[in-house]
Amino acid sequence: MFRGELSQGVIVTMNVRINGTIRALGEIDPQTPLLWVLRDELDLVGTKFGCGISQCGACTVLINNVAVKSCTYPIASVGEAEVTTIEGLAGSDGELNPVQEAWVDLDVAQCGYCQSGQVMAAEALLRANPNPSDDEIDQAMASNICRCGTYVRIREAVKTAASQLATDVGGGA
Amino acid sequence: MASLNYDGIAEIVDTITSAREELSGVGAPLRIVKLDRRQFLKMTGAVGGGLMLSFTAPKAIASKGASAFQPNGYVKIDDSGIVLYAKNPEIGQGVKTSLPMIVAEELDAAWEDVTVEQSRIDQAAYGMQFAGGSTAIPINWTALRRAGATARAMLVKAAANRWNVSVDSLTTENSEVIHASSGRRATYLELANEAAALDVPNGDSVPLKDPSDFRILGRRVTGVDNEALVRGEPLFGIDQTVQGMKYAVYQKCDAIGGKVKSANLEEIKAMSGVVDAFILEGNDNAWELLPGVAIVADSTWKVLQAKRALDIEWEETDASTDSWSDAIYKAEKLRHETGPRVVDTGNVDTAFENSVKQASGFYRYAFASHAQLEPQNCTASLKDGKLELWAPTQTPGAAIMSAARVVGIPPSSVTLHQKRCGGGFGRRLYNDFVCEASAIAKHVGIPVKLQWTREDDMAYDLYRAGGFHQMHGSVDENGKITGWRNRFITFTNDGSRPVSGGGISPSVFPGGLLENVRVEQTALEWKNRCAAWRAPGSNVFAFVVGSFLHELAHTAGRDHLEVLLEVLGEPRQLGPRGMHTGRAAGVVKLAAEKAGWGWELEKGRGMGVAFYYSHAGHIAEVADLSVSEDKKVRVHKVTVAADVGPIVNLSGAENQVQGSVVDGISTMFDLAVSFENGRIQQTNFDTYSMMRMPSAPEIDVHFIESDYPPTGLGEPAFPPLAPAVYNAIFAATGQRARTMPISEEGFTLA
Ligand code: FES
Ligand code: FES
Repeated sequence: MFRGELSQGVIVTMNVRINGTIRALGEIDPQTPLLWVLRDELDLVGTKFGCGISQCGACTVLINNVAVKSCTYPIASVGEAEVTTIEGLAGSDGELNPVQEAWVDLDVAQCGYCQSGQVMAAEALLRANPNPSDDEIDQAMASNICRCGTYVRIREAVKTAASQLATDVGGGA
Repeated sequence: MASLNYDGIAEIVDTITSAREELSGVGAPLRIVKLDRRQFLKMTGAVGGGLMLSFTAPKAIASKGASAFQPNGYVKIDDSGIVLYAKNPEIGQGVKTSLPMIVAEELDAAWEDVTVEQSRIDQAAYGMQFAGGSTAIPINWTALRRAGATARAMLVKAAANRWNVSVDSLTTENSEVIHASSGRRATYLELANEAAALDVPNGDSVPLKDPSDFRILGRRVTGVDNEALVRGEPLFGIDQTVQGMKYAVYQKCDAIGGKVKSANLEEIKAMSGVVDAFILEGNDNAWELLPGVAIVADSTWKVLQAKRALDIEWEETDASTDSWSDAIYKAEKLRHETGPRVVDTGNVDTAFENSVKQASGFYRYAFASHAQLEPQNCTASLKDGKLELWAPTQTPGAAIMSAARVVGIPPSSVTLHQKRCGGGFGRRLYNDFVCEASAIAKHVGIPVKLQWTREDDMAYDLYRAGGFHQMHGSVDENGKITGWRNRFITFTNDGSRPVSGGGISPSVFPGGLLENVRVEQTALEWKNRCAAWRAPGSNVFAFVVGSFLHELAHTAGRDHLEVLLEVLGEPRQLGPRGMHTGRAAGVVKLAAEKAGWGWELEKGRGMGVAFYYSHAGHIAEVADLSVSEDKKVRVHKVTVAADVGPIVNLSGAENQVQGSVVDGISTMFDLAVSFENGRIQQTNFDTYSMMRMPSAPEIDVHFIESDYPPTGLGEPAFPPLAPAVYNAIFAATGQRARTMPISEEGFTLA
């Protein structure tokens, strides 16, 4: 059901799994980057456009828990994978997850434009490695540019989120 | 079409520059600033040694007796809660949080009870609404305090009426009025109806708090949009959608001044999803509407593909042939020739003749791009002669004027919805993208969202101009600096005055500090638009003068810190708008002390210090770094001491300083824009590569909260960074780098 049905050469229809919901896409060019599908077709505008060439990370989303730059990721390649965007992080009750919460508590943002991408990159890091070293944080977050220069706070927020996650797990919650 | 006219922007630049200059010091003489007459800005001069500003308070929006209590344009209280309005564009400088904090303080609201909303753009009501020149806090400080205090006074009066007690017997705290002797309390929400029925008192008559009673100001407050940001809610211009909207791109000539001769419009129109494709002539104004080809389509992706398929033939007779290598060649010649003097105090020639030692150095810095992370965009809808705009702009008032001109309607027919800006840095002071969206919406007759690509953003930026300085200085037998000459080669767009940020005024360091100072200034003609870039002028002059001061200290065989403090001299105010040398020395000493200046450092490690005064901020920075054999630089720590008066939002203030340090390192190491044949050579972030997290140093920020009126922090922490790092690299290696970016001399970030 997730395979696109080819119709008229380059236009297909398909379903994609985004933030736990299956979304139907009308006729679409399978080469359309996921970024523009999210923003223009699905009204999920938290994922941002910064460069369009996989340089800045503003468009970072998770595909099966791995950070991916959606500006260069064709919708056709998503297949049956689970896409998570910034809109899909909070709990079903609306509660912020530990990464989002750390970002708010530490007042990380300046203009804020890069930050949904930064949050997603941090989320991917912590899903793969819940207790990263300083070096591992730096390396993982190097994929994302913050023009306003909030790196010191991003670093701090990733650490805060990691220790919050550790407490949550340790507490048997 | 005539060749491009670069004058149109003067009004914006002058307005902001004069607002900034007027604010940039204490004890300014009483005068009316020459501002646009449409704007009701009134400034009054020094009272008791401090600068006081007042504005006409925005008029009450709700009429008396209405259920919402809305005594002015900043406060609204009704059953749903306390809403405070933020009047200025948010570009990352934090004003959507800090300005309402000032209102909340005097209102005596609990910050947790407050909801902040962006105000409407209405300069007749609010005075100037813009983001520029680090002016929001100093310009609005007193007016916002009065707005909050007025609302508070009315709520107190309402409670006094209700309980039949005197106003003096009441106090306020955490959004409540309290009658202590009877133990009665009423919340602001409960009192709103009654307060709304009262006359609004004159704001000048209401008492303001003693700063020692502040409960909100000076605290760490997280940004009011932070939660929406991490939820991915639509906030920015790029997130805007309107009913029936289509997506637009606009292709201009890569060499500015080029006009469209022909384009494959029929082919483009035949592409999937394309609604229309057409040529716009432009309006001859370099800052508004350049000639180009517009495409409108069903989706961003389709319109971007159509843009890629464009085949345009350009007429380039009047187009730019700017060449950076040519400018370097010319500057290399000019540096040996005397130029027109713009500053000439004392007698530099005699000073040089009588000196025991002299030093000279040729400094150069490249052009730079703003690279704000959200590419330019604007949504526009023109219906029945009324234009509606959703724009991430720093100057909404100017945007309305320009858009009205381009569309041919009166400004009163334009409504602009201010959108959060994904970075500004000066780029969004200029509204070319708003003009383009407006013209395209007019042509197609349907609402459009214009989207620039990153490549557009780089190619059609309004750059920070490059420049060249042949420096020469002298010291006497006591190692004192005696003479200073700065032979400056800059750029001009209009053929007469230097580009914004490209002119040296007498107050530029060490003006007013040294006896014998000469600045010569020659401008090279340049067609690519140059304009304000975070801390215009200061962002490059600080590098040159802060480095050369160190060169002279070294020539004299003396400690740089000691020479810097000697140059600053006795505590005094330098001219009405200049720096205060006592505040300057204060931050220099504090930064040096906190950084551990004077420690023995191992080989390859160095510390450098720099001070710069800009945008009314006194800021000193010390860089501590190591340089490897292969010139890899690891910046360990930057210590900053800042005196911008009292701090409004401690978290926001620190964030601005930390960001300025990172931006400073990023820019001085690797960021350069170059031109050949009129065209920019860099296209995107792969060739204009900003610093990433692994290179970010520890940043230690200290504020001296002096009693002077508070001033802005969006810009002044940027300029001292570069000279501090250049000086530290010299301390570590003995090599004096004089080129920015420093990667052109082989130094790269580890
Ligand atoms: S927009 Fe995708 S990496 Fe920049
Ligand atoms: S907060 Fe502005 S780009 Fe990161």
